Amino acid sequence: MAYPLRRTLRLEAPGSWQMLNLAELWAYRELLFFFVWRDVKVRYKQTVLGAAWAVIQPLMTTFVFTILFGRFGGMSKQVEGPYALHVFVGMLPWTFFSNAVASAANSLVGSSHLISKVYFPRILIPIAAIAAGLVDFAISFVVLLLMMAWYGVAPTPAILALPLYLLGTIVCAGGAGVLFAALIVTYRDVRYVMPFVMQLWLFATPVLYTLDIIPAKWRALYALNPMAGTIAGFRASVLGGPFPTGVILISSVAALVMFATGVRYFVQVERRFADVI
Amino acid sequence: MSSDAIVIEKLGKQYTIGTATIGDATLGESITSWVAGPWRRFRQLAGRGEGRTTFWALKDVSFRVGVGEVIGIVGPNGAGKSTLLKVLSRITPPTEGYVDLTGRVSSLLEVGTGFHPELTGRENVFLNGAILGMFRAEIVRKFDAIVAFAELERFIDTPVKHYSSGMYVRLAFSVAAHLEPEILIIDEVLSVGDLHFRNRCLGRMQDLRDEGRTVLFVSHDLTSVRQLCTRALLLNSGHIVADGTPGDITRQYERMYQEGVENTTGAADRRHPPSDYHIRRVELRNAAGEVRGQFDAGEVMEIHLWASGPAPENSFTAEFKLFNEDDQIVSFGSANPVRSTYYRAEHQHFVCRLGPLPLTEGRYALSFTVRVWNKERWDYWDRAIGFSIDRCDLFNTGHGVANDHNGDFVIQQEWLVGD
Repeated sequence: MAYPLRRTLRLEAPGSWQMLNLAELWAYRELLFFFVWRDVKVRYKQTVLGAAWAVIQPLMTTFVFTILFGRFGGMSKQVEGPYALHVFVGMLPWTFFSNAVASAANSLVGSSHLISKVYFPRILIPIAAIAAGLVDFAISFVVLLLMMAWYGVAPTPAILALPLYLLGTIVCAGGAGVLFAALIVTYRDVRYVMPFVMQLWLFATPVLYTLDIIPAKWRALYALNPMAGTIAGFRASVLGGPFPTGVILISSVAALVMFATGVRYFVQVERRFADVI
Repeated sequence: MSSDAIVIEKLGKQYTIGTATIGDATLGESITSWVAGPWRRFRQLAGRGEGRTTFWALKDVSFRVGVGEVIGIVGPNGAGKSTLLKVLSRITPPTEGYVDLTGRVSSLLEVGTGFHPELTGRENVFLNGAILGMFRAEIVRKFDAIVAFAELERFIDTPVKHYSSGMYVRLAFSVAAHLEPEILIIDEVLSVGDLHFRNRCLGRMQDLRDEGRTVLFVSHDLTSVRQLCTRALLLNSGHIVADGTPGDITRQYERMYQEGVENTTGAADRRHPPSDYHIRRVELRNAAGEVRGQFDAGEVMEIHLWASGPAPENSFTAEFKLFNEDDQIVSFGSANPVRSTYYRAEHQHFVCRLGPLPLTEGRYALSFTVRVWNKERWDYWDRAIGFSIDRCDLFNTGHGVANDHNGDFVIQQEWLVGD
């Protein structure tokens, strides 16, 4: 019990520069597992359709957007291949991303009782919330495979790059989720701003359209959105399209910067969570 | 004592508390403050900005705990006991000074932390065990013992939301009881549950002591401090006031209260006010409005209470508890739900008209509480003031009735001849 980190533990006033304590995170890995396990279990326990929601949510949004943008917006003409598949491939990582950010953001405030009663690295809570979303992702990925079979789209060797873009999505969700979580502890207003931010973020990300509609001279700026390159790369690996290397590179750097910023801010303020939550 | 398990050196913890809102005098000022408000609020939330007040919940606390010592910490509400436990449990960092903990630490500020109502008993044992710092393998090994100790074999796969509160506490305590720390930091968990349960908690604490583990525990229950501890500390207003044997310290703590009880001048100001919302003054007045500490049975007593400022919430109640000379509770009263008086946040002066007093001759003490009914109390002023009943002759017999032989109160009575 009690994770034996070293023999004598000194507790003192936090210095001005806090670092993420990786050794401690490793020592608490089992607790992280239990948090993920709890989140997954509890999520499906009281729902009638259970895991089906993981499928219904991206399917419904895909359906709505296909009608809205594909039919009426004329977007389908700009896309090669079936527009519905195009949207669903984008919607899959996006749904994971936006759900993960939302649940991570609210996770700390939702666990205020735990935070004021027991010590553990606080970052485990938003990380667990994000990790729990991977189960939904896995389920809807099966649906993607079925959809590809239905449209007769076979995967190409490009699919081998998929784990990389999934990792990119997790890094993005981690950065944004952890940042929002820490902000919401102090400023509850952020809760109300977040849905709006996520909505705008969706439209600034090539989920419903392709990168081609972005004028070339703006593309570098556009790629500063960490999710832009991630989603584009995800789609390219599933549908076997050409990888937009430039955009992916810039987005990857942006994603890493966002992740570092989020984690940095979190560890800077985590020790006063119990005082303000 | 061969070595120290806990070393605390000049420990201090400062909190920032909310700012008092300044009233707006004119429409212009209201508009300005409405516009400037969010910015000011932002600076406050960020922990900067003017007008914030700070207080030290702990200041200059230094002591050492040797391996195998069992230390009891006593002190009135708001003395800093909970803050000390929170700092030692790493929930909140100190503002100054340091703590060195040598050995594996478990802290138990409540039983059942992290229990989830949707999960079964079995699942919660694993979750709660992990939260308290047990490894999975360890929980697996102890699982049967935990369930047996809680006497819940039949219900272990039922979601805990269907448990009675007794079952819930039993399971939660059972997990905690199977921790094997070198240092155990424990809050008043002993005070929950029924007598049987409390005895088991005490038994478990005795085991820990006999196994040579270091225990630091906070309690209001002076008897268990005397029974279990090898040493005690008295904390007041964030300082350690006394450090000594459990017998001496608990006696000293009791004397702090007797000061209030022995005060029969009819008025008292809070001597050790807590930092947040509290009752700061009490006066006892007779029907003529004079402040008095002596009453006769049959008189009406007016209890006047003054709060430290506006209350945190609306619709709250003030309550009293009446104790006799032997420190037994005699009676209880409250603004609501006993009487349907609901105080609003801006009310700061509460009056209770009590009587005609049916009390017998002797000395009594009053304690006061403010809170929203059924919620955690904001303040408890224990043994705030004493008073005496000098004359009790409700039936005009010429003979007084005293509480040392004839009970604490007289009931209206008539005596007749039956048929």
